[in-house]
Amino acid sequence: MKLTLKIWRQENAKAKGAMKTYPIDGIEGDMSFLEMLDVLNEELINKGEVPVEFDHDCREGICGSCSLQINGEPHGPDRLVTTCQLHMRKFNDGDTIVIEPFRATAFPVVTDLIVDRTAFDRIQHAGGYISVNTSGNTIDANSIPVNKHDADDSFNAATCIGCGACVAACKNASAMLFTSAKVSQYALLPQGQVEAVERVENMVRQMDLEGFGNCTNTGACEIECPKGISLENIARMNREYLSATSKG
Amino acid sequence: MGIISSSIARKVAMALSGLFLVLFLGQHFTINLTSTFSPETFNEFSHFMGTNFLVQAILQPVLIFGVIFHFVMGFILEIRNRSARQISYVSYKGSANSSWVSRNMIYSGIVILAFLGLHFYDFWFPEIAYKYIEGNPADATRYYGELVEKFHSPVRTGLYVLSFIFLALHLYHGFASSFQSVGFNNKYATALKKFAKVYAIAIPAGFIFIALFHHFNH
Repeated sequence: MKLTLKIWRQENAKAKGAMKTYPIDGIEGDMSFLEMLDVLNEELINKGEVPVEFDHDCREGICGSCSLQINGEPHGPDRLVTTCQLHMRKFNDGDTIVIEPFRATAFPVVTDLIVDRTAFDRIQHAGGYISVNTSGNTIDANSIPVNKHDADDSFNAATCIGCGACVAACKNASAMLFTSAKVSQYALLPQGQVEAVERVENMVRQMDLEGFGNCTNTGACEIECPKGISLENIARMNREYLSATSKG
Repeated sequence: MGIISSSIARKVAMALSGLFLVLFLGQHFTINLTSTFSPETFNEFSHFMGTNFLVQAILQPVLIFGVIFHFVMGFILEIRNRSARQISYVSYKGSANSSWVSRNMIYSGIVILAFLGLHFYDFWFPEIAYKYIEGNPADATRYYGELVEKFHSPVRTGLYVLSFIFLALHLYHGFASSFQSVGFNNKYATALKKFAKVYAIAIPAGFIFIALFHHFNH
């Protein structure tokens, strides 16, 4: 497969970036998108050029490291997959592929296609946990009965890998889907009730402080989320927040 | 401004003010519809709305506040949202994951704002001048004639029809999504959202019918 790649190149966070065009040949349909970029980088290194920098780690869709806006969509045109799970068979011989970093003021570009997503870490640190005494007296979580439906919804929310596709897809660069998934996974469980009020208030406050946009319910985040995190989580977070603020 | 300072509070405030305006639209449509089959009923309703103390002194200021709040908050949100992505994508395929109406609420809203300017110029300002500036005596029979006279103009009728199309686009996303904003998303919400989408088309279509009815029948 012969392709034309248009890739955002930016030397560092302060440099002015620009799109650069790279023709590439010999790409197999069974390659993953990141393997295709590996091929490109080998060529660039062999030619003495600086390889394209991009985030990756597990390459099996669970770590949330890979990102990339591919032809205008986070993680590319496929659904429910991360960029590392995207196969080149989704593209055709002769295609031009535009590859950009996730764009958001809260996700500043570090270099090339790598963005700083530590804003998500700070939101998580603001309340995305439960405080449990682990000094030897920990009660088995299974000793507290949980409604199956709630357990399933909580688990589904917890499958969010924090990749940032929701922010990248949203026209407002809103982080509501991520934050709501992290709020929901505890809001649905009895273990999460003790800190429920502080959790949602602190996480939403941190989300706003990071400079993410406001949700306008376009639903783009849900469609582009590689883990299928539902908009129901955002509605749940809104309820949790309204309930928390009414309690003062 | 405490509660409005959070993104969720702003979202809920937009939803609630929007729901209030949706309710008002239903009431406005119901009264206007009577003009197509009973001028007397239309005059009676209009006279009541135009002279009743509660409507004039309480509901009308609340409505104007609701309209201004919804527009100002809409612009504030748009500015904040644009600043959340200061560098745009070279390639952004919004159509792959969201509807055109949901991504362009600000533009349909601006058209509606411009329409409100025309609508106030046509009806509200003359009404205020007639009653409170010129101090004319109450006339319970003038409203139908004033309405009909305005729709003689094909240009004005065309502008009204065009504006109602944008109103339908705005409501099609806004009304249904307001339930999500206030935290209502379950099997009942699904039915309610379907009703909202029907309402979003039916009410503006009804207003278009009224405008065209008076244009072609007088």
